Amino acid sequence: MIFVNDKDLVVPGEILAEEDFHPGRGTFKEENKICSSVVGLVAIRNKKISVIPLQSKYIPKRGDVVIGEINDIRFSMWGLDINSPYSGLLPASEVFGKEKRELEKVFKVGDVLFLRVIDVDEVKKVKLGLKGRGLGKFRGGILIYITPTKVPRLIGKKGSMINMIKDKTHCDIVVGQNGVVWVKGQTDMERIAEKVIKMIQNQAHTSGLTDRVREMLAELTGEEIEESKEISEDLGETEELEGETDENNNDQSSDEKEEESSVEEDENLPQEIIESKLNFNLKR
Amino acid sequence: MITIITLGTNIGAKSREDGRAFDELRNLKIEAGVLERADGSAYLEFGGNKVLVAVYGPKESFIRRFQRPDRAYIRCRYNMAPFSVDDRKRPGPDRRSIEISKITAEALQPAVILEKYPRSVIEIFIEVLEAEGGTRCAGITAASVALADAGIPMKDMVVACAAGKVDGQVVLDLSEVEDKDGQADVPVAILPRSGEITLLQSDGNLSTVEFEKALDLAIKGCNQISEVQKEALKKRYGE
Repeated sequence: MIFVNDKDLVVPGEILAEEDFHPGRGTFKEENKICSSVVGLVAIRNKKISVIPLQSKYIPKRGDVVIGEINDIRFSMWGLDINSPYSGLLPASEVFGKEKRELEKVFKVGDVLFLRVIDVDEVKKVKLGLKGRGLGKFRGGILIYITPTKVPRLIGKKGSMINMIKDKTHCDIVVGQNGVVWVKGQTDMERIAEKVIKMIQNQAHTSGLTDRVREMLAELTGEEIEESKEISEDLGETEELEGETDENNNDQSSDEKEEESSVEEDENLPQEIIESKLNFNLKR
Repeated sequence: MITIITLGTNIGAKSREDGRAFDELRNLKIEAGVLERADGSAYLEFGGNKVLVAVYGPKESFIRRFQRPDRAYIRCRYNMAPFSVDDRKRPGPDRRSIEISKITAEALQPAVILEKYPRSVIEIFIEVLEAEGGTRCAGITAASVALADAGIPMKDMVVACAAGKVDGQVVLDLSEVEDKDGQADVPVAILPRSGEITLLQSDGNLSTVEFEKALDLAIKGCNQISEVQKEALKKRYGE
């Protein structure tokens, strides 16, 4: 027996279903009743019920790519703020290998890095690493913090949403799975990107978001959009069509599907940008 | 002599100071997500009470004493503003507010799924802006809305309400005057779905029958308040 519909808004303690259903994320089972544990939207997949939270903190998971800010330098490791209840550790060996050098000379307190979570042990010690394509230090740009559960929505299916923002604002954007977004471009364009990203975070649970984002971008960037459209007409048009179909899919399917797609997306997406645009100073 | 009042009828009873029925709550208004920089927040007006609650966390615990290897720790601070009562209250924690901080944290703990965030702390700040009796219940009710708003996983939303004895009658939701003149005050916090009691205090003299009556009445009040809580959260993200 089921008491809710797909995409319904539920609050903690609400009974979602009874018997013949399986509890997913954001739910728990109590005497054959499945109840929600967070404020969020219901997602029903076959016989599995989950609740996608509207608000959450980032829990580090092995393999995630995150953006962190250095806030501590210790004897043989850096301490990083990764927008989570647990702080990250970057061991010096991850950067230098066997060699011994002064840590302060490579990364200072306040530096922003793009890292991968190598391991999370049972006492929640988060080990981070810089080995991998595109990982390294950011130069300049601004940081925007969003709720980690809204990262998939910001990226969109196959990166449709984020690519649209990138195209229109001509900014480099990197999204960490911990809900930190790095934006670099012209100062006014950075501001526009920030506004749009904040808007996506506030309206992530509503449908038809892509269209509204497109409108907002057009409004904020003004005429510049038209120019750039003309220059890369064929390219721009096909991309927009793609975005359209993606949005339709998104609306019908649940957020979870988006998320699944974005997890793989997230890995490829930022790396491309960084490869071409980022130069990180890892002097050996 | 014990007068037994059956729920639902109140024939022949003296009317209360503010004209409410014996089982009538004061006006209640809850708003979630009022503070920009807190992870979760709630504002509650309950009769003459005005309470603001902010929730921060789960976040890293910098105080070793509060770290638990297997679960999160709830820190709670209940504070009354100096201007919240008629005579200026001396600012800072006193014996009463320390007690309420403790019982609030303990009332909320059974609902929160603490195991999900080991070694972290969840901080709750309850700020009473205006007080008119029943602030501890108002604080607990608002705090659980703020916790839900912060996205902290919970088994249920804790809700609290008081009952008591005034002029020999068992009544629901005492106001400040009734609390001072009355014979007893019984604040109760429950988990509405299962009916489990997470807070039960009793101040004053009550017979066993009266106590049970008061408890039933308070639970009935809690269930009413619970609906307002849910509404407040749905309205925050509402369509």
